[in-house]
Amino acid sequence: MSAILEPTAKPQIDIDRSVGDFRYDVDYSYDAGVGLNEATIDYICDVKKDPAWIREFRKDAYRKFLEKPMPTHWASHDLDNIVFENIRYYLSQGTQASRTWDDVPEEMKRTFERLGIPEQERKYLAGVEAQFDSEAAYSNIKAAVGEQGVIFVGSTEGLQKHPEIFRKWFGKVIPTGDNKFSALNSAVFSGGSFIYVPPGVKVKHPLQAYFRINAQNFGQFERTLIIADEGAEVMYMEGCTAPKFETATLHSAVVELVALKGAKIQYVTVQNWSANVFNLVTKRGLAHEEAEIKWIDCNIGSRLTMKYPSVVMKGRKARGEVISIALANDGQHQDTGAKMIHAADETTSNVVSKSISIGSGQATYRGLVDIPPHHRGCRNNTECDALLINTHSRTDTYPTIITRGNRNACQHEASVSKVSAEQIFYMQQRGLNQGQAMSLAVNGFVNDLVREFPMEYSVELKRLIDLEMEGSVG
Amino acid sequence: MITAPESPAVIETNPFPHWFQREQAAALADYESTPAPTRRDEAWRFASLKALDLSAFVPAPEIASEGKLINASTGLGDFAARFVFGNNALVHHEAPALPEGVIVEPLDVAAYEHEALFRAYFMAQPVELGSHKYARLHKAMLTGGVLVHVPKNVEVALPIELFYWVEGENSSVFPHTLIVLGDNAKVTVIDHFKSADGARAFACGINDFHLGRGSQLTYAAVQDWSRDTLAFHLNSTLVGRDATATALLANFGGGYVRGESLSKLAHDGGRSVMLSMNLADGTREIDQHTLQDHAAKHASSDLLYQNVVDDAARTIFAGIIRVQEGESQTDAYQRVRNLLLTDDAIAVSMPGLEILNDDVRCTHGATSGGLDPDELFYMQARGISKKLAARLIVAGRFNSLVERIDNEALRDRLRAVIADRLGV
Repeated sequence: MSAILEPTAKPQIDIDRSVGDFRYDVDYSYDAGVGLNEATIDYICDVKKDPAWIREFRKDAYRKFLEKPMPTHWASHDLDNIVFENIRYYLSQGTQASRTWDDVPEEMKRTFERLGIPEQERKYLAGVEAQFDSEAAYSNIKAAVGEQGVIFVGSTEGLQKHPEIFRKWFGKVIPTGDNKFSALNSAVFSGGSFIYVPPGVKVKHPLQAYFRINAQNFGQFERTLIIADEGAEVMYMEGCTAPKFETATLHSAVVELVALKGAKIQYVTVQNWSANVFNLVTKRGLAHEEAEIKWIDCNIGSRLTMKYPSVVMKGRKARGEVISIALANDGQHQDTGAKMIHAADETTSNVVSKSISIGSGQATYRGLVDIPPHHRGCRNNTECDALLINTHSRTDTYPTIITRGNRNACQHEASVSKVSAEQIFYMQQRGLNQGQAMSLAVNGFVNDLVREFPMEYSVELKRLIDLEMEGSVG
Repeated sequence: MITAPESPAVIETNPFPHWFQREQAAALADYESTPAPTRRDEAWRFASLKALDLSAFVPAPEIASEGKLINASTGLGDFAARFVFGNNALVHHEAPALPEGVIVEPLDVAAYEHEALFRAYFMAQPVELGSHKYARLHKAMLTGGVLVHVPKNVEVALPIELFYWVEGENSSVFPHTLIVLGDNAKVTVIDHFKSADGARAFACGINDFHLGRGSQLTYAAVQDWSRDTLAFHLNSTLVGRDATATALLANFGGGYVRGESLSKLAHDGGRSVMLSMNLADGTREIDQHTLQDHAAKHASSDLLYQNVVDDAARTIFAGIIRVQEGESQTDAYQRVRNLLLTDDAIAVSMPGLEILNDDVRCTHGATSGGLDPDELFYMQARGISKKLAARLIVAGRFNSLVERIDNEALRDRLRAVIADRLGV
């Protein structure tokens, strides 16, 4: 908070954006070309040396992708601006991730160093995977963590080296045909993380993945599968950036979490794509008995984000939680939310969402709470608050709450407001300028949620929010 | 099939003027060419679409028991006017206490004698919450219905009471209450929708309310169709500058009931209070959609829906608060409370907000749950059976809405209806 109060020169909004807004020319060894057809899928399978069942899985998914209509009967018509035949679906310098930064190709290493990834790894992470376009350039886990039996590798390596665990859960939490974009991901997925935490192992420090899009007209389709065995605990963090291009870029991930009995998974996302990225992500977790899955989700970047992290509570006393912060600036639409499926007795869930719309930005909360028939003791609490900064800012809230039976309880509350003139006046009287006052008010609005993020991220988040607020008033 | 050649849109005995008959024929064509709702229509996402099959319904015959219906059309002790319709035909009317200049006329008469009013206000507001098709059908089939017009600065002290009866297997009725208030006018209106027998019927009703500057409307509807009736009730309220509309909709009957309520606040300082009590039991379904449409300064809207779901019944609530761009100091509130009484009961809530302006205070809430065991225990400890205790709690929830009506006679009447329906 002190950074805001300093009356020194304010950093410009461009400085922030430039953190991710750069690119180096890279010679790709493997390039599936532009457009998508069966041959593209065969090319990806050949490069990745996929087993036969994955090839079949991809082709089946491709057929489902073609069959499924765009969900524009409820979603933004901006989706129609995605031209699937103009996208490059696979680009890499090889499928093998390096274990040390020294072995990472020079341009990629420079990219990640500029983004501060190796430094963060040394400081506080238990493991890092850094994905550059289609494949991980770097993947490493601290020896001590590896010795506990924790597996942290890319999805390709996971399916090749640990097929007995991988195949059991892959595509089981999110079926291929769940939606058009999960089908697309299933057809062309590459990269992402595969994590397995053995029973009772509590990974103390977070595992981190960093996703970088470097090429123009590129589609990134990472696939992450995290399995926490009985009583295990793990926190996973992901970050992402891309340079600003003239043309739109597509990022469409599928993330599946499985928390077995008594396990805990926390999944933290700070999404800061550049404002030309379509970010259409399907994220879902399966929580077994007494397990807990928590999504902590922050969306600041992208042109259009559609993301509704879900928890299917299929075991008694399972728990789901979504903490969501969305910041929609000019030209951005953050369409985010949460889905909670209470498929067992005494399951509880909590959703807290806060969104800020600046300028012509649009923030949408879309939620689902579903209590299927004949359960008891299920509880959900949902709170959505939206803050509007300018007169033409927009916010929407579309929750759906399906309650069955008389032994469960759901409550939903939402509010929309602006920063009160009195608040701003009060702060201005005490010497803050209007921009600083607004920044402080907005930080106050999200403060209780920002604290839910790991410390390193919450500092970063506050800084990002400060910067995004620059020039938004007046 | 109700769109047979004898539909009023095409028969020679149609009571309306020719110009309106032509509009009815166009509406019928529009109805027939508009596709029926599908699961992909957001406005019909959870509705039981198979309930919308109209093929069995026929035009309502002349009623057999006119005297019985008139005698049963009792509600308020004192009223300004009382109109009774049986199967779309006006069977009785009296107007003992209407002030000078106030018009209460059947629509077919009003279309001739108050043509300017009729043309300006009749279905002037398009039905946009999903049932456009059925609104067209309503217009095409219309024969009955009432125009209430209270001129500028006139206050109608006693309530106006309207009864719409349906009788006979598969009969179709099309009730319509059109209320037009001049500046600073004030009126209270209650609609009763009733079945003369337990037969399945089709009711497709529309209410259009137009409030002039500074006017006040208090409206209540008690819907008590037979338990198999397919019913549409499509309401729109257009609130003038500094005007206040308070509407309470009670849904006690019907098999599948589709309710749509629009409050349009397009003039500064308007206020709309939207209340509803819904009792779904058996396998009945009450499917309600609302829109609080704000496009003016200092306007406010306040919505509270109380749903009680018993047996294997379902309620659906989908509400939107929309604040248009460029308007300010909006205060909008929306709340739905679902009380589920059994393990098989289902309540779906979709409270939505679409806010295109920052100068607002908008909140909504939705709660769903069963009876509070502590409350039940408290009453059981005092010798009240569990069954009666549950009914008392329901009556309490419903009566909390009645308190918001500022007409004592109407409040008493509504309390009596609730007590009667719940047996408390």
